[in-house]
Amino acid sequence: MIVRIATEGQYELTESDAEALNDLDNQAVGASEQADAEQFNTTFKELIDFVRKHGTPVAEDRLEPSDVILPPPDVSFEEARAEFSGEGLIPG
Amino acid sequence: MPGLSGRMSTVIKAKISKLLDRAEDPAETLEYSYQKQIELLQNVKKGIADVVTSKKRLQLQEQKLRDQVVKLDTQARQALAAGNEDLARTALERKNVAQTELQSLDSQIAQLEQQQEQMTASEQKLRAKIEQFRSRKEVIKAQYSAAEAQVKISEAATGVGEEMADVGLAMQRALDKTENMKARADAVQELEAAGTFEDLTQLGSGEDDIDRQLRELSSGSEVDAELAKMKAELGSGSSPSAGELGAGAPAGEPAQAEQAGPSQGQAP
Repeated sequence: MIVRIATEGQYELTESDAEALNDLDNQAVGASEQADAEQFNTTFKELIDFVRKHGTPVAEDRLEPSDVILPPPDVSFEEARAEFSGEGLIPG
Repeated sequence: MPGLSGRMSTVIKAKISKLLDRAEDPAETLEYSYQKQIELLQNVKKGIADVVTSKKRLQLQEQKLRDQVVKLDTQARQALAAGNEDLARTALERKNVAQTELQSLDSQIAQLEQQQEQMTASEQKLRAKIEQFRSRKEVIKAQYSAAEAQVKISEAATGVGEEMADVGLAMQRALDKTENMKARADAVQELEAAGTFEDLTQLGSGEDDIDRQLRELSSGSEVDAELAKMKAELGSGSSPSAGELGAGAPAGEPAQAEQAGPSQGQAP
């Protein structure tokens, strides 16, 4: 499974990592929906750290699209909130 | 995709895909519009240049502020030695503000440094992927049937397209941050223009608006502590010969020397 951390790059993770990733992702979105900035920041950092720790960087000569794309590591809580309720980070 | 219904990534992924759709067929875009790729790479280069320019500007400001801190410290010492505690306090308050600005400049410069590195790495990665795509395409065409080749090339193109979209996003974010810092740098420059860090030699006895604002800005206790420390360093015996200041001798040089000299020893 290929995971991209936006603005950083792609990582290869095993399929068995998917569940943990999914879990963290849902927690982060939940925190943002409940307007819990602190919880969001903690969970989101955990999510990014998880990918960096468990994934191996994808070689430059591979041209595969990602299965999962995560927001940039420096995404702010406000940006993340906007992301799930409107224009957000990437307009459109 | 199976196994992962993460909402966050789904949202971001959908939006990145949308960016790609806008580029029509990514395979076609990459195959024919060499111009587009060159443009993107040039934009990244321009973005890097912008970051470097901002960094240099901040570094210049940093140097100026450093000089002011040294100067204001010296003047505070001189004022204190001359028994003018009010003037010493004002100088320390200004020094305090300058130091606070200096700290935030330091961290901004570090941030820009990091951005510059990141963008340079992105540019190289994107360049490598585009080149890889070019050579891969020829191999695929030679090895597969037309229909299969179409699919494979399209897949690879989506990979490169995603990279292009991501580099675009990274650049946009870096430039937004740089813009914010420019605004901040402008604010510091305005403070400078308003005389906040000015030389105190020309300062009269009266306190002006800036001084009052400064008093509110700088934390009084910090200034008090520094003033006390300076007093201790200078020793308790201060010679109260009116608040005339030198033009800012380097820190540490005894300011009393010139003043103490000629007052005695005029034997006929």
